[in-house]
Amino acid sequence: MASTDLVHAHAAPQGFIRKYIFSLDHKVIGLQYYFLALIAVFTGMFLSLLMRIHLIWPTAQLPLVGEIKPETYLGLLTMHGTIMVFFVLTTAPQSGFGNYFLPIQIGAPDMAFPVLNMLSFWTTFVAFVVLISAFFVGGGAPLHGWTGYAPLSALPNAGPGQQLGADLWITSIAIFCVASLMGALNFITTTLDLRAKGMTLMRMPLTVWAWFITAILGLLAFGVLLSAGILLLLDRNLGTSFYVPLVVVNGQVMGHRGGSPLLWQHLFWFFGHPEVYIAILPGMGVASQLISTFSRKPIFGYRAMVYALMAIGFMGFMVWGHHMFMSGMSPYSAFAFSLMTMAIGVPSAIKTFNWLGTIWGGKVRLYSPMLFAIGFVSLFVSGGLSGPFLAQPVLDIPLHDTYFVVGHFHLIMGVAAIFGIFAATYYWFPKMFGRKMNETLAKVHFFVTLLGTYAIFMPMHYLGMAGQTRRYSQFTEVAYQTKLIPLQTFMTYAAFVTIAVQLVFLFNLFWSMKKGEKASDNPWEATTLEWTTATPPPHDNFGGRTPVVNHGPYEYSVPGAARDYTMQTDPATAPVD
Amino acid sequence: MADVAVEQHGVAAAYEPSLFGTYSKKIGMWLFLLSDSLTFGALLYAYSYGRISTPNWPTPFHSESIRNATLMTAFLLTSSLTMVLAVRASVFGKGKAVRGWLLATMACGTAFVILHGHEWSNLIAEGLTLPVFPAVPGHEASKEFANVSRTVPQFPATFFGLTGMHMLHVTLGVIYLGIVALRKKFIPILLGLWLVAWLATPSYSPFHYGAHVLLLAAIAASVIVFLKPKVYDSSDVEVAGLYWHFVDLVWMFIFPLVYLMSTRIL
Ligand code: HEM
Ligand SMILES: [Cu+2]
Repeated sequence: MASTDLVHAHAAPQGFIRKYIFSLDHKVIGLQYYFLALIAVFTGMFLSLLMRIHLIWPTAQLPLVGEIKPETYLGLLTMHGTIMVFFVLTTAPQSGFGNYFLPIQIGAPDMAFPVLNMLSFWTTFVAFVVLISAFFVGGGAPLHGWTGYAPLSALPNAGPGQQLGADLWITSIAIFCVASLMGALNFITTTLDLRAKGMTLMRMPLTVWAWFITAILGLLAFGVLLSAGILLLLDRNLGTSFYVPLVVVNGQVMGHRGGSPLLWQHLFWFFGHPEVYIAILPGMGVASQLISTFSRKPIFGYRAMVYALMAIGFMGFMVWGHHMFMSGMSPYSAFAFSLMTMAIGVPSAIKTFNWLGTIWGGKVRLYSPMLFAIGFVSLFVSGGLSGPFLAQPVLDIPLHDTYFVVGHFHLIMGVAAIFGIFAATYYWFPKMFGRKMNETLAKVHFFVTLLGTYAIFMPMHYLGMAGQTRRYSQFTEVAYQTKLIPLQTFMTYAAFVTIAVQLVFLFNLFWSMKKGEKASDNPWEATTLEWTTATPPPHDNFGGRTPVVNHGPYEYSVPGAARDYTMQTDPATAPVD
Repeated sequence: MADVAVEQHGVAAAYEPSLFGTYSKKIGMWLFLLSDSLTFGALLYAYSYGRISTPNWPTPFHSESIRNATLMTAFLLTSSLTMVLAVRASVFGKGKAVRGWLLATMACGTAFVILHGHEWSNLIAEGLTLPVFPAVPGHEASKEFANVSRTVPQFPATFFGLTGMHMLHVTLGVIYLGIVALRKKFIPILLGLWLVAWLATPSYSPFHYGAHVLLLAAIAASVIVFLKPKVYDSSDVEVAGLYWHFVDLVWMFIFPLVYLMSTRIL
């Protein structure tokens, strides 16, 4: 049951600060997360642009940064990865859209813990500021990549950027963990406790299921990363040796002994693999929602979709070793991890087939949200196909730490999740701002981005198989790699185009807020609860009432019904299921 | 039993019954404890990893340490009992008794922390240290502990890491209970405790700087009391109790793993 103290919650706040800055309203907080992620994604993209330029023209003089030195390159790489994984892929789909729409879609007036919700946003914000500040301290940004492998990350004198920069990086991650834990706890409690009458578990939209399961993953994974980060800080600042064996740096014997870099890898990947699902599951939820809505058909296999989400979440905790096949693990463990990893392909494939089955024979409306949802499926499949290759130790050993892996995870996690964010943006924009985004610009954005990302990331698979190693700042001097220069150049040009078209998106976003075509309360003729309320939704979401739910989330084209969609709150028809 | 006391009327009808048949705050706390157990789980994993991969793991603790740790355990177990009594009193709405039992719980928790701090200081003086801890002036380190710190740095690292994290949890628990029991009035007390802990410890002691945790906690507590100025009810006592028992439970892992399995007798 809900606690009273929530429902009469807070009166609509007055004054700019309580309304827009320290707001307790989940909708404002969702938008805050969204705009934070927007700033982060453009920062991260700019860094990747610098990296691509450096790879092709290693001695170019660039504005702002001058000539990029190898250590600068590694700093860019670390910050790019960290910003993208944590502050974009974890922040926008889950904390951003989840915050805004999870309570509305289950018929709740707000999150279960509004104050905690506000704190979790501001904690995330602090984490972002701390991370960015690593650029501006002596030595610059750390070199250890988003995975922060020890001993490089544990030794302050291992290179420039490993001094204060690395401490800031770890601190930022630790703060982010705390923020994510607060968020996850809130999402789970809200879903368990605040569902409107009739919103049974099996009537929840798949977006809600995805946010819910993502929150469970976050709850279990971030606590481990927090511990791992604390131990890393101890190694760096108190001289302990959790992760550091006896090592020599620049001819100097370090004071550490007895630790194991593998401990970091275990702890990191125990978090890291679930984290990749934290990034993708909300996108899966959005894709399911949109594909059903725009195909005017019930989702194919609703229950199978729910169980597949659960299976992915559950198995996601048992496969972390597939990132460590190179670590000299026992072949028996490698075999177990490999088997388990390939088994995850099964629920993933179930989801894919169900998406296709939903589109099959539907009256498909190819609006921009639907295009991006289809793009999501396309990228998920393309990236997913390389997974079972990497899951086998024999194949992974030559492919590990090459561009093959970079291609794999950019397609499946990076760009697929970003497509999920775009789909959600185009879909929910009319509800959030009362106007539609410009459809022509959206289509230009879609086609260029889809082709552009394939042009950037597909060739990476060939590069990897040709032996191009990952995280190297220069290859133009290496004999066997010079043959690959034309391909690399092509990828850089593709990156220019793809990044440029994101400005079209940015323009469309802000222009449409002011000038877009006015939208009705339910412009897509969709069924879930957010479309039953005013636009934008009032402070308590449903204007003083609590909706009563009579239908499942995807009742499209029901035979005999007056319209081709039945809203979840429509009166129950004779035989109720 | 305690659930009945916080049954809230009127609202429930508009919602589906909660999946676990209880109120949000309690579910929230259970979820926090779930994630916190993974946080501790990771530390225990790191400990086991270090211990298994180190040949000849030292077992330097003497009966003196064990006696002290047993006493600490007794305080913690007693505090669980007083916590149960506080929850029980709150169910029957006996405000005074609740406050009394909460204060008793806090007293036991504080005793635990002080004994533990004393134990740390002794061990550090004996030579079981981390590289950054300054030497204790005017004290001869024992050969054995100094040797352990030099040859198996994992030993002091895991010892201080695990017990330190637990000590932090107990400290925060005492502050949590203090806010539930005394609300605003607890903040000046907390500031007093900070000053005492800071000024009464010598500058070479890790607690000299560690004391500032209390200052940070006092600031955070002020923010919380400012944001949530309400009167705390029995559900708050029950939820705080969950946290307290969890911290106890964690000690029941740490005590045998870190202390008992590293004593001379074994
Ligand atoms: C059928 C499903 C999948 C399989 C079998 C699979 C397998 C693998 C394997 C074995 C690796 C390790 C490669 C190496 O480092 O040598 C890997 C890396 C990675 N995968 Fe997947 N994967 C799958 C799906 C996913 C999904 C859904 C995501 C994200 C949403 C993802 C994101 C990543 C990332 C980020 C990395 C690289 C991490 C790094 O080293 O920086 N994978 N994958
Ligand atoms: Cu993985």
